[in-house]
Amino acid sequence: MQVGSSYLGEPIARVEDPRLLTGGGRYLDDLGQDAVELAVLRSPHAHARILDIDVSGAIDVPGLLAIYTYDDLSGPLAEPLPLLIPHPSISAGRTQYVLAKDEVNYVGEAIAVVVAENRYLAEDAAERIEVSYELLPPVVGLVAAREAQQLVHRDVEGNVAAHFVQQVGDAAAAIAAAPHRLSLELSVERSASTPLEGRGVLARWDTDSQRLRVWTSTQTATGVRAAIAARLGLDLGSVEVITPDVGGGFGVKIVHPWPEEVLVPMAARALGRAVKFTEDRREHFISSAHERAQLHEVEVGFDDEGHLLGLSVRFWHDNGAYLPYGLIVPIITSTQLLGPYKPAAYRVEFESLYTNTVIVTPYRGAGRPQGVFAMERTMDAIAAELGIDRAEVRARNFIQPEEMPYDHGLIFQDGRPLVYDSGDFPATLDKLKALVGWDEWPAYQAQARASGRKVGLGLACYVEGTGVGPYEGGHVQIETTGKVKVSTGLTSQGQGHQTAFAQIVADELGVAISDIEVVTGDTRRFPYAVGTFASRAAVMSGSAIALAARAARAKILRVAADALEAAAEDLEIVDGMVRVKGAPGNEIALGTVAVLSNPLRYAFDEASKAATQFAVGDPDLPPVAEDDEPGLEGKDYYSPLRSTFANGMHAVIVETDPDTAEVAILRYCVVHDCGTLINPRIVEGQIHGGVAQGVAGALYERMAYDESGQLQNASFMDFLMPYVSEVPERIEIDHLETRSPLNPLGIKGAGEAGVIPGAAVFASAISDAEGFQITAMPISPSELFELRRQHAANAAQKGTQP
Amino acid sequence: MTEQLHEVGLTVNGAAYQAEVPARRLLSDFLRHDLRLTGTHVGCEHGVCGACTVLVDGVPMRSCLLLAVSVQGQHVTTVEGLAAPDGTLSAVQRAFQECHGLQCGFCTAGFLTTITAGLRQNPEPTIEQAREMIGGNLCRCTGYQNIVAAVLRAAEIGGGDAGGE
Ligand code: FES
Ligand code: FES
Repeated sequence: MQVGSSYLGEPIARVEDPRLLTGGGRYLDDLGQDAVELAVLRSPHAHARILDIDVSGAIDVPGLLAIYTYDDLSGPLAEPLPLLIPHPSISAGRTQYVLAKDEVNYVGEAIAVVVAENRYLAEDAAERIEVSYELLPPVVGLVAAREAQQLVHRDVEGNVAAHFVQQVGDAAAAIAAAPHRLSLELSVERSASTPLEGRGVLARWDTDSQRLRVWTSTQTATGVRAAIAARLGLDLGSVEVITPDVGGGFGVKIVHPWPEEVLVPMAARALGRAVKFTEDRREHFISSAHERAQLHEVEVGFDDEGHLLGLSVRFWHDNGAYLPYGLIVPIITSTQLLGPYKPAAYRVEFESLYTNTVIVTPYRGAGRPQGVFAMERTMDAIAAELGIDRAEVRARNFIQPEEMPYDHGLIFQDGRPLVYDSGDFPATLDKLKALVGWDEWPAYQAQARASGRKVGLGLACYVEGTGVGPYEGGHVQIETTGKVKVSTGLTSQGQGHQTAFAQIVADELGVAISDIEVVTGDTRRFPYAVGTFASRAAVMSGSAIALAARAARAKILRVAADALEAAAEDLEIVDGMVRVKGAPGNEIALGTVAVLSNPLRYAFDEASKAATQFAVGDPDLPPVAEDDEPGLEGKDYYSPLRSTFANGMHAVIVETDPDTAEVAILRYCVVHDCGTLINPRIVEGQIHGGVAQGVAGALYERMAYDESGQLQNASFMDFLMPYVSEVPERIEIDHLETRSPLNPLGIKGAGEAGVIPGAAVFASAISDAEGFQITAMPISPSELFELRRQHAANAAQKGTQP
Repeated sequence: MTEQLHEVGLTVNGAAYQAEVPARRLLSDFLRHDLRLTGTHVGCEHGVCGACTVLVDGVPMRSCLLLAVSVQGQHVTTVEGLAAPDGTLSAVQRAFQECHGLQCGFCTAGFLTTITAGLRQNPEPTIEQAREMIGGNLCRCTGYQNIVAAVLRAAEIGGGDAGGE
């Protein structure tokens, strides 16, 4: 790195890594070695009434400290957990209790907790608690939920939590009048975030100061803090929440408070001991959260060129047993389904349905993969119907760059108008076509077919609303050592925020990366924040930190101008020195500026003498000016009017085995536009990980619930999370950088992008290879094999008919 | 009834330890919570993810599937023992940073130990062999692209010395 050059846009190595590579990471279960441990007794039944809980058998387990059931709770602790994001179309919002009250609604729901000297003993005791149940009929899967022969919640008719409609124009009339019409029935199954580290919470109650300190593996420290304070009846100021290193999140850790996030602090306060809960893998499968399951019915009307005249989508969303996260996932599906296209009229209607399975909350992509699947299957169907090239049909429906900002006339997940800020979809498509060799494909495919191979090319486009509000903040402080301390309230789960945010500050302040320390997700350092989700960290905190650094810079220049007896405009900061441009030697170190910014009475060391009362200051002015503050720091917030919209297009080439129906990935190509790249290496890493999850959702992962609501594959042995052998050997990536006009750095967010078009692009490619349309994802070899059989049988039957 | 304790003596990262543990104490828990070497992580506790991989007499083993008492007299290397005593990162560790082979870092110790042993056996792997070398470890963040690159890079800069004892 040359002095004075820019860090922004450089693929620098991460500052987090040396610590994490040597075993120096501090994840939740690495903390609190002195803590006693909590284990949870969970429901073995999907739907049952609790008749009795008998803890007497557990009482003599050595090392037992406490057992809690619902009956031990009182006040706000005994109330249902919050419905975090209310929405007017929720007609029956139900949330769970921290410990089940009278009834359980999914296998894995917490019924009792045990605290003992260690986890082994806590589990010994939990095993000895006897619960008697009256079994109730479970509702498993969307079809059963929609039929509503049985109800999840007795008082929720039809299992319907919410019914929602949005429209622009008269889609039904437009479809009826269109020269061509098609209808599609589509489905996507459940999957889950599945970070390698599960959930975990540690709490310490300080009896002397009556304060609570909590560490939790979360995506929102401030959210957890507020929730704990409310539940435990504590002042916000008496609760601190710290996010340690987090071993992946992907959405699931944005949910809060988890029952354990309330129960662990409760027990810590009651027992006066540090208490810890570390989730095990099975618990993560059955008691955290899943996503994705939806059924779609699409009606589309189009003209001879394939222009969308009317689009009408009805879908059913499986929200699981409770609705803590409101309607965010299906609302995102319903709006982001539109992708880069502009149908002349659009109507969407969905029902969010209860089932006796694990709750559904955002998993990376958050409703977009399903929406993109529905839209892109529709595009392929139109192309097939009209015999037009699949890329061409898409291009004809694109919103054009000159139409930006583009207002869809709908309301987005943040309650604000769905207005795309930027993007150049035709250019993105051109890049992708060039990257994958779109125009050469027909010849390649024909040649492969001639030699008995089944190969297919898939294409999928998406737009991703990122960087949703309401706000984030940043704080930048220059210490008297010249070191720069940066903090922001949102949390990190491996996205390299410490590096990316340091790059921003290094450029704004003219200091070396090695002199900057970034802290995220610690309410002691920055108490106002929202959280890390919706690919928002770079946009929100990146922007806030840039603004805070600019404020700090202005103050640096002001103080230094005084000391150097120069005008602030004539100063520059290079490598930690403030100097007068073109006057070598006339300079002052940032650390000294920090000393001077804080007028002192007492000198605590040699350097600070410079700021004492007989050394500095104009005796005719107050030492701290009326509109100023002591110290060299800057704080600012970034709160955008609306979301930014990143976009991208993926293409995949697959080969399906003629005998076994296994799907091999020959090439995977990505073109991606997330605006300004802070660190291209980190962005590419995000895409790699997202693509792997896209492959997983298309070909491998699903939640195999049986009809009684037991999750049959609740382990890494049975849930087919991809190893290296399942992901493409290479992911070919090309970027576009159309800056967002909405924030100071032009960033659009990159965290979720890679996963979004996964199901759509594989369905497109497999359909192309097989010659029939794939309508349900994920798809396993045995399912593809069965589809082949059915299509062959249908074809044979047609052949025999006159 | 308190649990019966058993003597176990073993060497971890070159230091000798003598301890008394219950028979059911997992090696992963023993390393993490008794010796407080928390660099070894537990991702599944059933032998599938590889996050807990440590080297036992140089051979990669899943510490969540081993009982502490069963490694009596053996030499265990954890991620804390991979860098040189002066803190210089091993070739594999350096390659991971250079190639951005980690994001959240939770799986990383298991990959580092596995690759360290793998490169000792095969110091010049092809890309296929590199993929095979890490074929039993799960990572949810990286999509493995940069981990494979790190294996190849470590082979390049390591000159056959993968580090770790
Ligand atoms: S924790 Fe040992 S293999 Fe997963
Ligand atoms: S880096 Fe997060 S699981 Fe591998």
